[in-house]
Amino acid sequence: MNTLESIRTGTARLLGDETRWRTADLDAHVRRYGPLFRAESGAGWADRLLDEIERSGLTGRGGAGFPSHRKLRLLRSAGPRFQPVLLVNAMEGEPASGKDRVLVGSSPHLVLDGAALVAGILDAGKIVVCTPDDRPELARILGAALRQRQGDEWSTAPVEIRELCGRYIAGEESALAAGVNGRPGVPGYRPDKSVPVTVGRKVGIVHNVETLAHVALIARYGADWYRAVGTAEAPGTCLVTVSGAVEKPGVVEVATGTRIEEIIGLAGPTRLVQAVLVGGYGGTWVSREELSAPYGPDGLGSFGGSMGAGVLVALPVEACGIRETERIVRFMAAESAGQCGPCLFGLPALADDLGAIARGERGHHVFDRLLGHCDAVDRRGACRHPDGVVRLVRSALKVFAGDLACHLRGSPCGGSVRTSFLVLPPVGQERR
Amino acid sequence: MSSIDLWYTTRATGLVALVLLSGTMVLGILTAGRATSTLPGFARVAIHRRVAVLTVVFLAIHVLTSVLDTYVDINWLAVVVPFTSSYHTGWLALGTVGVDFFLAVAISSALRRHISARAWRLWHWAAYLSWPVAVAHALGMGTDTGLPWVLGLVSACITAVVGTAVWRVVRSARSKGELPPTIISPRRSLRLSAGSPAGAK
Amino acid sequence: MSTIRVNPAACDGFGFCSEILPEMIRRDEWGFPILADDAVPEDLRRAAEQAVAFCPRRALRLETTGPR
Repeated sequence: MNTLESIRTGTARLLGDETRWRTADLDAHVRRYGPLFRAESGAGWADRLLDEIERSGLTGRGGAGFPSHRKLRLLRSAGPRFQPVLLVNAMEGEPASGKDRVLVGSSPHLVLDGAALVAGILDAGKIVVCTPDDRPELARILGAALRQRQGDEWSTAPVEIRELCGRYIAGEESALAAGVNGRPGVPGYRPDKSVPVTVGRKVGIVHNVETLAHVALIARYGADWYRAVGTAEAPGTCLVTVSGAVEKPGVVEVATGTRIEEIIGLAGPTRLVQAVLVGGYGGTWVSREELSAPYGPDGLGSFGGSMGAGVLVALPVEACGIRETERIVRFMAAESAGQCGPCLFGLPALADDLGAIARGERGHHVFDRLLGHCDAVDRRGACRHPDGVVRLVRSALKVFAGDLACHLRGSPCGGSVRTSFLVLPPVGQERR
Repeated sequence: MSSIDLWYTTRATGLVALVLLSGTMVLGILTAGRATSTLPGFARVAIHRRVAVLTVVFLAIHVLTSVLDTYVDINWLAVVVPFTSSYHTGWLALGTVGVDFFLAVAISSALRRHISARAWRLWHWAAYLSWPVAVAHALGMGTDTGLPWVLGLVSACITAVVGTAVWRVVRSARSKGELPPTIISPRRSLRLSAGSPAGAK
Repeated sequence: MSTIRVNPAACDGFGFCSEILPEMIRRDEWGFPILADDAVPEDLRRAAEQAVAFCPRRALRLETTGPR
């Protein structure tokens, strides 16, 4: 997935002209999108923009999907002396996702526009752009883009680019703040999510790069334009990374509400698809019959899924869903922060259980053990990492129920357990 | 109290304090041990704390009587600042150093709720410094080490503490990764690897 | 009205809490605590406070809920 490209569609709003990728050209950016609203600048622009963001119905694109205006309003009401720190999240720890890095490569100035606008709304004291250290090109592109900008009218906050250790969980809010604070990038225990993270002694607010890019477009064209595509409950476009059994894996920008099978179709499925992984490695499997569902919070929510990191991975019929799920769980186990016992010990146990089932170990006791481990791991960590894995496993048991029954009887399923289909990053010490 | 009484009290409480300190150490090292139904883990901690308090009491009396005894020159300063007494200067200094380390452990534990977990842990490890120093002080002062039973008692203390410490080190080395790591915190091993760069995606 | 909560990141599975308050805390197969969600009844309140005090990692907390 190293050379990820974008897939051209009609609804390209965020993704820019491919021929100018990675050039961070400010003139090309202004030519394509126009200047940020200048006639309306002046006192009160922040409140007007905040209203537009609320009217647009923009939700966060980092995985949680909260309405973006809420956090902004809360911090804005705290007053100008607060001086929070805006953390721009380009970490993209999800290996199956490439949308954030494609967006940064394609439209870095959109991201920086959005960051400046949000910083202005919040009277932020500082902007810290966080990129993963195993993708130095992101820091390079954003650095080049920053140098072209002669200071924004909306925020005088200094912008700093920090390259942080790029593990799976490093993009989680409290992990990100910890990394910026110079501590190991692992999540903290946050029983009350409404208490914000801190950067230094200031309040920190985290926004995904795609969310900020949408803000930059809403500021130019308004909420009505934004709502012109997509569903009424979740308007606008979103970036989706499509991979797996497809001809041209890549990042596509689609309107919410587009059917899942249509989105997969844009990447050209090579083989008959038996199931699709939605959301990421901590997401949900969706069966072939459900692929006509609309891609969006409501459509995906009907089978317990969510947009998550904007990921669709197509699994061909020749693969064994149980075996592929086992491989994903093993990867997630290796990515555990290792702070909490139930995650540190439970995730490998889940992988072992799935492995036993995949190898055809007979008997219902293996299945019961798996269910027991799911209950023992779910919601017992400080962060949501184990919860995602449990969600994935439970959805696999539903979607691959037929294969599961075969395995428990000791007979082979439709797919092959010897070959692996999903391309996963290497696990453990072999990584770099 | 006459000088002789003070002197006897100093010697006696010193010995008792050493035994109690050794007991405190053993119980502290055993925190990681398997709990039994007769002695659950928290009970071991509770006893460890009470024995530590008793140690403080006997150590306080030991220090007090040694200062009050005018036969030898040990003033209040010598209690916490080493090498300020003319009486067995070197060996007494060890006792002073032992008191300093022990006070560090005791005070940090008393204020445990107000300091960070890491700070508390660091100060608590000063116990491993206070005990050998106390043993050296006891043996070096020499007052009663001629008595075989005293020598035997001190040897028993040394064996108990050293033996328990060795047992714990061996146990943690052997069972790393098998048992829930109460000795080696998973976060500690994480901290070692958190600095390493991530792999290719 | 209080409930007992654990910080899973701080917990190292010593298990003292489950010894002091077995009525509300039991250990999973790896030694880590499974806490009952319900409010701490009055007769167990003292034990709950001791469980919180004895945790070597200070991972437990008694949270008061209910009307202020």
